[in-house]
Amino acid sequence: MSKLVLTEEETMLADMARGFLDGAAPLGKLRKMRDDGQRGDPALWKQMAEMGWAGVLVPEDAGGSDMGFTAANVIAQEMGKTLAVSPFISTAVMAATALRQVSDARAKQALARIASGEVTYALAVDEGVKHDPDATQMAARSDGNGFRLSGKKTFVVDGALADRLLVLARTADGLTLFDIPADRSGITRTASNMIDDRDAARIDFDDVEATGEDVLGQVDHAMDVLRPALQAGQAALAAEMTGLAAGAFGMTVGYLKERKQFGTEIGRFQALQHRAAHLWSETEVTASAILNAGRVLDETPGDATLAVSLAKARATATATLAVQEGVQMHGGIGMTDAYDMGFYMKRARVAAEWLGDYSYHAERVAALRGF
Amino acid sequence: MSTGQTSDGFRAELREWLKANCPVEMRDSGMSEDAICWGGRNWKFTSTAQEQWLNRCAEKGYTVPTWPKEYGGAGLTREQEKIFKQEMERIGARSPLESFGIWMLGPALLHFGSHDQKLEYLPPIARGEVRWCQGYSEPGAGSDLANVQTRGEDKGDHWLVNGQKIWTSYADKADQIFALVRTDREAPKHKGISFLLIEMAEGGVETRPIKMISGISPFCETFFTDVKVPKHRIVGEENRGWDVAKYLLTHEREMISGGGAGLSGGGRALGAVLNETLDTMGDTLRADAMRCEIDALAIGLTLERYKDQAEAGQGAGDASAMLKYMGTELNKRRHELMMTAGGSDALEWDGPVGNRAGDWLRTKANSIEGGTSEVMLSIISRRVLGLPA
Ligand SMILES: Cc1cc2nc3c(=O)[nH]c(=O)nc-3n(C[C@H](O)[C@H](O)[C@H](O)COP(=O)(O)OP(=O)(O)OC[C@H]3O[C@@H](n4cnc5c(N)ncnc54)[C@H](O)[C@@H]3O)c2cc1C
Repeated sequence: MSKLVLTEEETMLADMARGFLDGAAPLGKLRKMRDDGQRGDPALWKQMAEMGWAGVLVPEDAGGSDMGFTAANVIAQEMGKTLAVSPFISTAVMAATALRQVSDARAKQALARIASGEVTYALAVDEGVKHDPDATQMAARSDGNGFRLSGKKTFVVDGALADRLLVLARTADGLTLFDIPADRSGITRTASNMIDDRDAARIDFDDVEATGEDVLGQVDHAMDVLRPALQAGQAALAAEMTGLAAGAFGMTVGYLKERKQFGTEIGRFQALQHRAAHLWSETEVTASAILNAGRVLDETPGDATLAVSLAKARATATATLAVQEGVQMHGGIGMTDAYDMGFYMKRARVAAEWLGDYSYHAERVAALRGF
Repeated sequence: MSTGQTSDGFRAELREWLKANCPVEMRDSGMSEDAICWGGRNWKFTSTAQEQWLNRCAEKGYTVPTWPKEYGGAGLTREQEKIFKQEMERIGARSPLESFGIWMLGPALLHFGSHDQKLEYLPPIARGEVRWCQGYSEPGAGSDLANVQTRGEDKGDHWLVNGQKIWTSYADKADQIFALVRTDREAPKHKGISFLLIEMAEGGVETRPIKMISGISPFCETFFTDVKVPKHRIVGEENRGWDVAKYLLTHEREMISGGGAGLSGGGRALGAVLNETLDTMGDTLRADAMRCEIDALAIGLTLERYKDQAEAGQGAGDASAMLKYMGTELNKRRHELMMTAGGSDALEWDGPVGNRAGDWLRTKANSIEGGTSEVMLSIISRRVLGLPA
């Protein structure tokens, strides 16, 4: 396997991404969007598409930049630092990965439209309060040559604004994935008022018509297409959380050096020093798991469960610790809406839950390690 | 083998060699204290297989695979070293030799020693002929290591050393000791220390074993009374021993951290123990074990990443403190779990589950020896995070 160190190209990509995001989507932007009641930023996504980010996993012959999963993680990580709002993980990572599992003209065309930034996607998978694709109840009843979809999806991240949905539903002998426009008749989307101020929706499907053409992959075999997509998304989300943890941590260490009490910087107090040093150690260890997940997805994608679940579990634990310590070490100011730490904390909570929480991924690691 | 050889070629050749040369008795993944071969003048091999295995490896340079050939190593690249470890692990081969010479003094000599010193001291370490111990800590110099008071008086062609060390692991078994000795009592405390190499059999060195909570006595008090140390037995410059001491500590810390990442016995042992006790394991224990496993995997990847970084010239600087802290704290958690999984069986000395209690108690030292966890955190806060001292 390639080395656990970023290549020169990957390092340049990270630098470029950081430079771009600091200008186009700095930390304060999310606050402004919230205050303006705005949940998405189509202009920003267009710019990201122009830079090749929307097509990061789209083959070059479909107009993508095809940079691979490690590169996608590098971008996601930088987005985490400034809490940049975009449908990157839903569209550029998960939908693109799903579509790439299918090699027909329709999928290729869809990929091209992702790469150009024309079309955004959301994954409508979960139905309960916890991520659990296998528990899918929503029915896709056979009807002539096609299907009729009825049921409810929850926590569809990016779902209120997405142009298209990848919908997981139960068919006669298994699960099937449908790729349908979000405004098809019978679909009702209700935007959720999320704590992280980002787009998510509850979606009702009332006898929604789907044709055989709308099936992505094989009927009854959704997981062949969906599993790689979910894994890519989990890895990228873990990378985003690592960036988020780094952002919150940097802010905290900065504050330790600046805030004075008892006549000296609070960073001189060993009780705080040791907690900060511990947190840094955790972020370093997690960074290894993230890099490893990207490498494994690039090189042996069929065998990535352990690497991906390890990354998501570690990232969840580390980001959670980073925002908790972040608020605590800031004292009262950390609790104020006027200060940005709270935005990190709320996003960390949502990201922790999305695509499987710590226990979900820990169970996967445990199963693969034999207990 | 040449360094230009392909990885596959190297692997194939190594596999053949291991097949022909590693005695079956040495293929039990033995990691318990009494499976280790420490070498040294007084070493009594526990079997002819152990002796054969050491000698065959030493001949190829495989006791210290990455050291240069002229100093007794095999001159392996990091890629080849990885393959070497994988192939050894694949057949469950025991390490042919462990020692403080390999872990600590060797790296320090490779960095600070003169060519003559390297030629004199490294090959006997590689062949397991000379066993070293570490004379750093003193009753008044633990975490505050630079406070050492053992004294070396300049007598022209030698230093006359007087003083006391403590917690000297295996001092009673070692042939030589590398010691921090104060050679300038006027200078600030970091600037008056020299790194001396002292012959234990020389008149005036005395050791007294100390018993540990785990029942064994691996460490000692070491006393120096008018010990003559020739002037050429110094590493680095006079009064600049602190630089050597610190460099050596980074190697010591990385070595100790490896235990936590499951690169030594502890990791595999936990997996095996937990699998055996799956039926009786409660949910809480299982959850704790999962957490441990996740952390162990990620720390293992971090060791890997740091080596890759160092090789790519992107050194993370002083990462050893972090690895030591995380690795040892993990190892302690892991052994707590193994005790819990063992229940009452684990509470007997050498009972149905072997020396599990002894191993558990021994791990408590991991976060003390080589610098305590608190000291590691302070190093990180100052050197990495730049917080005020
Ligand atoms: C099994 C074992 C083997 C060893 N082998 C060797 C050996 O071969 N050679 C050798 O030279 N030494 C050896 N040591 C000694 C070891 O390096 C010391 O024990 C260690 O450095 C701690 O020193 P101390 O015991 O004096 O504890 P102290 O320094 O007295 O520490 C006591 C407590 O105070 C804390 N503390 C101290 N200073 C600070 C501070 N500034 N901030 C916050 N907390 C602080 C410590 O973390 C610790 O919790 C060994 C120790 C053990 C347990």
